[in-house]
Parts: sequence; structure tokens; C-alpha cells
Amino acid sequence: MKDEALPAWVEYFAIPGINLLMALIIAGLVVVFMGESPWVALGALLGGAFGSLEQFGYTLFYTTSFIFTGLAVAVAFHCGLFNIGGEGQAMMGGLGVTLVCLGYDGTSWPLLFPLAVMGAIAFGALWSFLPGYLQATRGSHTVITTIMFNFLAAILLNYLLVEVLIAPGQQSPQTIRFDEAGHLPFAHDLLRGFGLETGRSPLNITFLLALAVAGLVWLFLWRTRWGYEMRAVGQSEPAARYGGISPGPMIVMAMVISGALAGLMGVNEVMGSQHRLVLGFTAGFGFAGIAVALMGRNHPFGVVLAALLFGVLYQGGSELAFEIPTFTSDVVVVIQGLVILFCGALENIFRKPIVRIFEIRRLLREL
Amino acid sequence: MSTEAPQPSKDGAGEDGPFKGPSAIEDRLPSELLAIATPAIELQGIDKRFGTVHANRAVDLKIGRASIHGIVGENGAGKSTLMKILYGYYQADKGRILIDGRETRIARPSQAIKAGIGMVHQHFMLVDNFTVLENLMLGAEGAFWIRGSFNNARGVLSQVSWEYGLEVDPDAVVGDLPVGVQQRVEILKILFRGAEIIVLDEPTAVLTPQETQELFKILKRLRAEGKTVVLITHKLQEVMEVTDRVTVMRDGAVAGTLNTADTNKRELAELMVGRRVVLRVEKTRATPGRPCLEVDQLTVRDESGTARVEDITLAVHEGEILGIAGVSGNGQSELIEALAGLRRIDAGSIRLRGQVVALPNAELSPADMRNLGVTHVPEDRLKMGLISAFDASESAILGYQGDRAYNGPLLSDRGKIVNHCADLMQKFDVRPPEPQWRSGAFSGGNQQKLVLAREIERDPILLLVGQPTRGVDVGAIEFIHQRLIEMRDAGKAILLVSAELDEILGLADRVVVMFEGKIVGELTAEEASPKKIGLMMAGVVGNGS
Repeated sequence: MKDEALPAWVEYFAIPGINLLMALIIAGLVVVFMGESPWVALGALLGGAFGSLEQFGYTLFYTTSFIFTGLAVAVAFHCGLFNIGGEGQAMMGGLGVTLVCLGYDGTSWPLLFPLAVMGAIAFGALWSFLPGYLQATRGSHTVITTIMFNFLAAILLNYLLVEVLIAPGQQSPQTIRFDEAGHLPFAHDLLRGFGLETGRSPLNITFLLALAVAGLVWLFLWRTRWGYEMRAVGQSEPAARYGGISPGPMIVMAMVISGALAGLMGVNEVMGSQHRLVLGFTAGFGFAGIAVALMGRNHPFGVVLAALLFGVLYQGGSELAFEIPTFTSDVVVVIQGLVILFCGALENIFRKPIVRIFEIRRLLREL
Repeated sequence: MSTEAPQPSKDGAGEDGPFKGPSAIEDRLPSELLAIATPAIELQGIDKRFGTVHANRAVDLKIGRASIHGIVGENGAGKSTLMKILYGYYQADKGRILIDGRETRIARPSQAIKAGIGMVHQHFMLVDNFTVLENLMLGAEGAFWIRGSFNNARGVLSQVSWEYGLEVDPDAVVGDLPVGVQQRVEILKILFRGAEIIVLDEPTAVLTPQETQELFKILKRLRAEGKTVVLITHKLQEVMEVTDRVTVMRDGAVAGTLNTADTNKRELAELMVGRRVVLRVEKTRATPGRPCLEVDQLTVRDESGTARVEDITLAVHEGEILGIAGVSGNGQSELIEALAGLRRIDAGSIRLRGQVVALPNAELSPADMRNLGVTHVPEDRLKMGLISAFDASESAILGYQGDRAYNGPLLSDRGKIVNHCADLMQKFDVRPPEPQWRSGAFSGGNQQKLVLAREIERDPILLLVGQPTRGVDVGAIEFIHQRLIEMRDAGKAILLVSAELDEILGLADRVVVMFEGKIVGELTAEEASPKKIGLMMAGVVGNGS
């Protein structure tokens, strides 16, 4: 409850910090149980995420994808919708990027970039429009329909990559490599232009796009009348109707924006890093967006921070699996799960004791 | 109600006799006399703070056994906090609780239940799709196989409901029961768990006048059986009607405890507000002008096809308040929603200033109605009138969010929205005047003032008002009534729907009574009396309209 007021630094930093610490302690116990040193593991995790500019580049690269999928879930949530179709929408976004890149016959990436972004938005939005439309007109629940659309997207992509778009003479389901224009500049290349030599990482300018988009989402939600109307529908449908807002169009709009945001992940992966469409490139990031939004309290700023944390866990975790052979990638997933558990689902367990401490302090001061 | 291991004992607190500890007086007095002498509940110096809010200030309170004790106060006066401390939801910072003269520590609701205290909340704690019996059993299932305890419970239920005149079908599904009967189930549930002290928080807020009378009968029966009843309310009429003693709270402290027989509504109101209040706003005779709203043979059906509003014809003139009286649920809500553009109409027409604006299959949307100068204060402000999670400033533009005044080409103008809200808050004395606060954080009266401010300051030609003072404290009622009269005197047409007879009688220039979707009578302000309207509300008589 908000009526037990805590200082802002406690509310926004100390409590999340304690939750994170708790998650790490429990994860540490798991590590001890497996017969490894938790300090070594923690060192490997943090070293893997921040150890060098190259590794930090990877961290931010993953963060970029998490920002897009996290924002997608958050926007839908503000309209009272649960979009768990981020995975499929991201796949379609990647397909949109690919079609634009394959069809473009020029040499300059700055011209292709906005087109590819539009392709990602259009295809991602297309994939969430139908669930939104069905929810608005038929009351078909988005949770069900978006899950089914994930499968549809996976099957469609599978078909296209095996039968239609597969690179000639290839066995693995992926397209041909894009021309130079289809390669977004990497951060290390850009920084070299300024005389900074850094290690190679897939971090590219899509990261800046992600930050800008997070800002735009904030503006949209809290500084436009459409954001207002969408949030009104999410908070109270009768009140929205009273206010002259038709819920149906708002639901469709929220889903379309949500799908477009998820689709943008395709830009980062396909045009930013792999320069071709590879089957399974979404790697579960669409689903992780749910956890990112949950941790980020559905606020764009929170989503960016949560995405960074997930980026650290993802990148640090893969280094961890590499450095300590007893750690399979499953163990890394367990650690990530603990963080989600403490920071998302159990966020209130330490709140009450802290509130109590502050009450006692206040009482003591009065005496 | 908490589901934490309540004891299914039937003897509750009285287990080892109400009095313990040696005392010279106790030895000499017969126990009946003692029962009167020792209060069932005694609170000593209860003090509670939430952050900067001092919710209870050294509250002393004695509640006699086998009595009905009223606790009145404006919203935010601390009565709910006090009762939540008694029931173990909150812990007092200082002070003692004595039950039957013994100091009792109540840290959790389960301990309160053990001490024989039961609470009927404003929002019922019932499982809608369970039967009455299943609800009673909740938390007291007993063994793994619940059949045995079910049969047992059925027996106890029939005995208890006979004893207190609380008749309920044990196999009815709770969600299908009328609100008044659901409340009875709540009371039964509490008795079932052996409560000796029954606390009711604003129990009549959801009841029709008839159901309220039924409830009062039950409360008197409970008192006769030796139970102690605590009634939290802000309706002075009810306090006068049913309580033995009454405690008035103001600003977290006790402003006075009086014998109900020795006081009157005016004295209580003044104690509550801390100044003289006008219970009925003075007004001059209306001077109605042209008809503003004309409704002709209007019929509105609900989703299942039942006519909620049937063949209604009425007119509201400029400079006049038309009151629509009736027991809640007789079509008033549907009528006002149809007029506001929130419901389809199935037959008839709606005219504004002589122009037909709505016909079946050619209804107007709420936005259209606003553009035509019809504003609407909805009955349920929490569900419709504002959005509790939104800032007050955001709620203050609900319905007008597309207005040019608040929007640039792309972004909305936050500064103007906040200023607009601050302006409304200042004009309508909304406290605290904080546009950035969450709408839900304001008290009921202040929320209502904000909604009224939004709709009145639009300068409408017709104002539709539903239950303008439901859940609103005395001071704010006076203010709201004055505003409505002022509007009328400025030549606006007002359609007022209220379940409070006093409000209709105090404000309306003409009264129309609705019963089962139809108009059963129409009276002028001079003709209208509680008795006449009451009979019409019950559908007993009409005057042949």
C-alpha cells in the first residue's frame, strides 16, 4: 500500500537492491550446493558482463532486445491486456526487416534503416492486430490468441526459411547474407571513428533507437490524449465509456503498438547483428519481455533498467557456463529465475519489515 | 472476513465467564447488574499515526453490553481506523483494549474473532459462487471430509437464523441473492463463529430503505439476545433511529459520547463538523422556464431483454430541479444512463430544447451528449466518475480529454491540465488541493466534489446527477446541495436521481417516483411528503400518471 510512505531512495533503490541481494544469496547457496565457490561464480558472472568493453557491448546488445520486448508487454498492460505474443511478433518483425533488406537495391544503410524499422513495425503490428481485433470485437482473450499466434509465426517462419527464403545451396534454415547496406554499423566501428579502440561486439545503433523508443513510449502514455484514453480503458472500462472513449479501438491500438515494439527486436538481431534471417533468432527474448516489464513496473524507465539487469544476467550467465564447466546453461536459467522471483513476484516480502523499521525510528525520534 | 483458523466454537468469549479477578464489588453485585456495569468493549487512550496523519488521538470509548452503539464522524474522522485496530488489522501505537473488562491483545483478526468480535465490512467478504452454507463453512471446514461438519452446520444455521429472525435459504448461491440478504449471510457468518460483539461498517450504504428497516429489526433482535452491536455510519437519521448511545468522532478524537435519546440530528451534525451546519439548504421557489429535456415514451431494455425503463414520459425545464425518487434498482440508473448516451434506447425519443437528439438505433454517444451541453455526474463515482489510479488532474478532465484547451498538436498540455484541476479544487473546496495526488487517495466527499466541479464548471444546459451525496459527509452534503441550488437559480435544468428521500425532498421542485421501471406518480415540492413518496416507492399507490 502506498499510504505507508517511505523516502523515495528507499522505495526506488534500497528495496529493489535488497531484493536483488537476496536473489544473489539464494543463487549463491545453489552454487555452493553444486560444490562450486559462489564468489568465483559471482566474479565470473559480473566479469562476463562488465569485464571488458567487448563483454559490456554484448550486455548492451542483449539489453536492446530486452528493452523492446519489455516495452511491448508494458504498453499492452496499461490497456489492461496481457500480450504474451512478443516472441511471435518479434519473429515477424525480423521477417519484415529481412524482406526490406533483401528487396533493397542500394548501398547506403542510413536510407535502408528507416525502411527496415518500418518493416519491423508493420510486420510486428500485423501479428498483434488480429489478436487485438478479436479481443475488441469477440472478446477472445489475448492470452490465448497471442500464444497461438506465436506458434503460427514459428511455423510460418519455418516454412519460409526451409522452402522459400533459404539461401541456395545451404542446409541450415537461413537466408543469404544481406548486402552491405543491410549491415547496421557496430558500436566498435563507430567508436573507432572517434579514435577509440574497443573489442568487437554485436552492439549497434539499434541500442540508441531502443532508448529513444522508451522515451517515446513514456511520452505517448503520459503526455498524449491517446495514451490517456488507453490507460483509462485499462484502469476502468465503465469510466472510459463514461468519458466518451470506446474501448474497442483502444484495445486494437494498444495491441498494434505492443506488437510493433516487439517487432523492433528484429532490427537489433537481424539487421544489427546476424545480417541474415536465422530460424529461432528470437531465442525466448519475447517471453523474457514479460519478466522485464514485471520487474520494470511497466514503466518505460523501469523497463530500461530491468532490461539492463537481464542483459547482465544473459551475457554474464553465458560466460559463467563457459568458465565453470559444471554450470550448464540450465543453472544460469535457474539464477535468472531467482532474480525474477525476488525482484518481481516477491517484491513485497522485505517491504513490510522496512516500513516497520521506519515507523520505529519515527516513534523513537518523537520520544 | 479472514479465513485464518477461526474457532468454530459456539460459546466464543464468554467461555470462562465475563468477569475475572477479585473485586469487592463483583462479590456483592448480582451478575446481571455487573453485566451492565462492565462495558463489553473499553478502549483506553488509543493512538495511531500513519506517517504524518494522526488517525486516532487518545481515543477513550466505552461500549455497553447488549446495546447498539453508534460511531459517527465525517470521512477521515478516524472511525474506520479505530475499528480496524479493534479488529486487529492495525496495531495501535499507544493505548489498551479491554474486552469484558479484561485487557486483550488483538494483533490479528483471528485473535479478534477468538475474543468474540465479528465485523461486517462495507464490501462483503463472501464467495459469490458458493452457497450460503458453503460461505458459512469457509475457514471452519473441520476435517478432511466436510460432509459431517456440513450437516452439523446446517443444524446450527437453522437454529441461529430462527433465533435472530435471520431467514436465509442455506442452499441459495450467494451471488444470486439481493444485497440485503447477502448482508444477512455476513451477519450469520459472524454469529456462527460465536461473536458476542458485532461491528458493522456503513452497513446501509448498499441497502434500500426497506432493507435498511429489515437490518434495524435484526440489530434490535441481536441486542435483545444480549449481543453488543457497534454501528459505524455517517447517516444521522439511522443513528437516531436505532442506537442507544452514540460517539461522535472528529479529526481522530472523540468529540463526544451521548445518549441518543438526549440528543438530536442537529447537535450531532455540529459535533461532527465542529461548526453550525445547515441540514436543509434554504431555497426560493423555482421559476421554471422553457422545457430543456423532454423524454417521450422512453423504453430501455437490458442485455437479457427485460424492460428496465418502460414507457417513461417526463420533462425538465430550465431553472428547475426534477427529482427522481425510488428504491434503488427500479430503473433510475438505466434512465439516467440512457439520457447520458451510455445506453441503447429501445423505444421513444429524447429531445433537447425541442430538437430530437436520440431515437432507437440513432442514439448519441456520451461525447455527443457532452457537446450538446448535457453533463453527467454518475451514480458510482469510483467505477465511472473518476479513475482512482489516475492523478486528480487526469480524472478532472475525464470526458474532456480531447478538448483543445488541454492538447497541443501532438502532446497534451500538462501545465494547463494541472492548472485546470487546481482551479476546480479551489472553487469547490476540494481538500487537500493537490492535483498530483491519486484520485483514489481523496475521501469520498472530496472525490464527489471534484466530479461535480468538473461537470458543473462546463456550464451545461442540463445536468444529470445520480446520488450526488452517497458516501459523502455532512459538511460536503451542505456544500453540494448549495451548488445544485445555485445552478438551478442560474437557469439550468437539473435531473436528480437519489435514493435518499431527504435529499429529494430538500432539493427537488418536482418529484417523479419510479417503480419497476415506470413512473408511478408525480408530485410538486409542496405536495411531496416522505409518507406519500414512500408509499409510491413501494408501489402501493400512484396518482394515476
